[in-house]
Amino acid sequence: MSVTPSDNYATVASPVPDRGYSIAREKLFLFARNPLGMFGLLLVFLFFAGAIFAPVFATHDPFAMDIPNRLAGPTAQHWAGTDQLGRDTYTRVLYGGRVALEVAAIGVSVSLVIGLILGMLAGYGPAWLDNLLLLLFDTIRSFPTVILALAAVALLGPSLKLVLAIVIVTSIPGYGRLARTSTLALKNAEFIIAERSLGASMSRTLARHIMPNVIGPLLILAAMDVPVVVTIEAGLSFLGLGVQPPTASWGTILNEGYLIIRDTPWMVIAGGIPLVLTTLGFTFLGEALRDVLDPKLRKGR
Amino acid sequence: MFLYLAKRLLLSIVIILLAVATLFLMLHMIPGDPVSIALGPRATPEIQAAYAAKMHLDKPLPYQFLIFLSNVLQGDLGSDVFSNRSVGLTLSEQLPFTVSLAVAALGWSALVGIPLGCLSAIRPNSWLDRFTGILSVGTIAVPSFLVSIWAILLFSIALRWLPVIGAGDEGDILDQLTHLILPAFAVGLGWVGYLARMVRASMLEVMGENYIRSARAFGLRPRTIVFRYALKVAILPTITLMGVGFGGLLSGAVFAEIIFSRPGVGRIIYDMVLARNFPVVQGAVLATIVLYVVVTLIADLLVSWLDPRVRDSL
Repeated sequence: MSVTPSDNYATVASPVPDRGYSIAREKLFLFARNPLGMFGLLLVFLFFAGAIFAPVFATHDPFAMDIPNRLAGPTAQHWAGTDQLGRDTYTRVLYGGRVALEVAAIGVSVSLVIGLILGMLAGYGPAWLDNLLLLLFDTIRSFPTVILALAAVALLGPSLKLVLAIVIVTSIPGYGRLARTSTLALKNAEFIIAERSLGASMSRTLARHIMPNVIGPLLILAAMDVPVVVTIEAGLSFLGLGVQPPTASWGTILNEGYLIIRDTPWMVIAGGIPLVLTTLGFTFLGEALRDVLDPKLRKGR
Repeated sequence: MFLYLAKRLLLSIVIILLAVATLFLMLHMIPGDPVSIALGPRATPEIQAAYAAKMHLDKPLPYQFLIFLSNVLQGDLGSDVFSNRSVGLTLSEQLPFTVSLAVAALGWSALVGIPLGCLSAIRPNSWLDRFTGILSVGTIAVPSFLVSIWAILLFSIALRWLPVIGAGDEGDILDQLTHLILPAFAVGLGWVGYLARMVRASMLEVMGENYIRSARAFGLRPRTIVFRYALKVAILPTITLMGVGFGGLLSGAVFAEIIFSRPGVGRIIYDMVLARNFPVVQGAVLATIVLYVVVTLIADLLVSWLDPRVRDSL
């Protein structure tokens, strides 16, 4: 994520006479000097590594039961204790990260693309389309997420796909509004008017000229949106509306742990910590990226 | 002012209408025939036909929607499939629990978060400011349902200070209040950090304005300037944010009501979704959406009343 925007800056910077270092390197240096940003990057890296290489780091089979050792606290054999069936909590937390990563990767990227397109259309297109899309965004926002999810689950039954659909529908307005605002600001810029007077089509203007200028803030928003999405997944799975047992997700681990909270505290502790660390990581990373790439945004949001 | 009010009201009504239509369509896409769900498998075709006619289920969909809409406008939200109780009555019993939880959560987070934001804006980069910064990110990072679970673990199981289950005995205010502490703490915690951050940011912006410089030139104490003069302006974006964030607060309330086994609208929706009792789900979701739209409307009107500049911009 940090590569794409700095590439943009590199191409912009290339005609600038040689100053010994490029703007991209300067940005990178600024980022590296931000301790919270580096800490965030480390946590984000752990999140990806833990999820992708879950089978490598795991000490047990996530579904293997060890009934004699059930409800155990942390031991040398079970690093984070075991659950009500004697399954290894550390292993299940690792595998739960895969669900979180899947939902975050698909949910954020799809809603980013749809939000970007709708937002640019709203900002660049005719006024009636702008009003219609804004009304649509506001209506979606007027449904509290969990209540929308409950209504949808009542219809279609719980599944990971439904969680994804809910995540995408509820995140689109955020990207859409941001893309719309930036597009509106660009709409009457000279280079866009020049492009239009040369007879470029709307799709070309949007894709070649508006999009590269709008995408930066959207990518920062996406980094900050990952924990929101992961939390929605965990929350819905916690309520039994998302991922179904025996599949491990941070939400289902928390739910099972909540049911046996009087017997062992370790499951709700182990299931919650990765959620907190992921949120902290992406928040710190997003803020550091924003400070480095787009200082103007610092006041907003 | 009147034009602004009219526009804002119209927008609210359109949003509610759209939400009602969406809800109506969604509930009609549910697999399964509402007649056989309501009457059970042993009903004869005659009884089924009579029921369908009585509930207008034999009419075309747009007609059904208009009937639904006119019923809703008359305050009739239908009745419970199982107990035949009026949904409106059930909601009027449950709504106070959710509203009191939301108000308590928002209230304590505003009481702590706003002064914290002001104080850290008085002296940027002081130890209090750094502490507030860490606190904000920390509290925002823990989702409210996790705060609920961890709060139960700490305050009820480990320390045994506070009760966990229910909303307390009816009529016993003290008991109800002690039952409200943990849920309100859990739902509001993230807001403390959020509000502190918002207030600090807008406060720093306001502090750069001319009238603040004049106040400073008169030799007023920084504390007086911040709380007496700057806060009036700096609080405006925070009020809008609190209105918009009310929806998120309601989502948090759903979790809190389920985790703490409290009565309330969120819990009703959850239970009735699992029981497939759709008229109640429909009524309760509608009630939360109306509540949300009304709260954002109040927040917007409050801002436009406090700040004449906003009135002209919409």
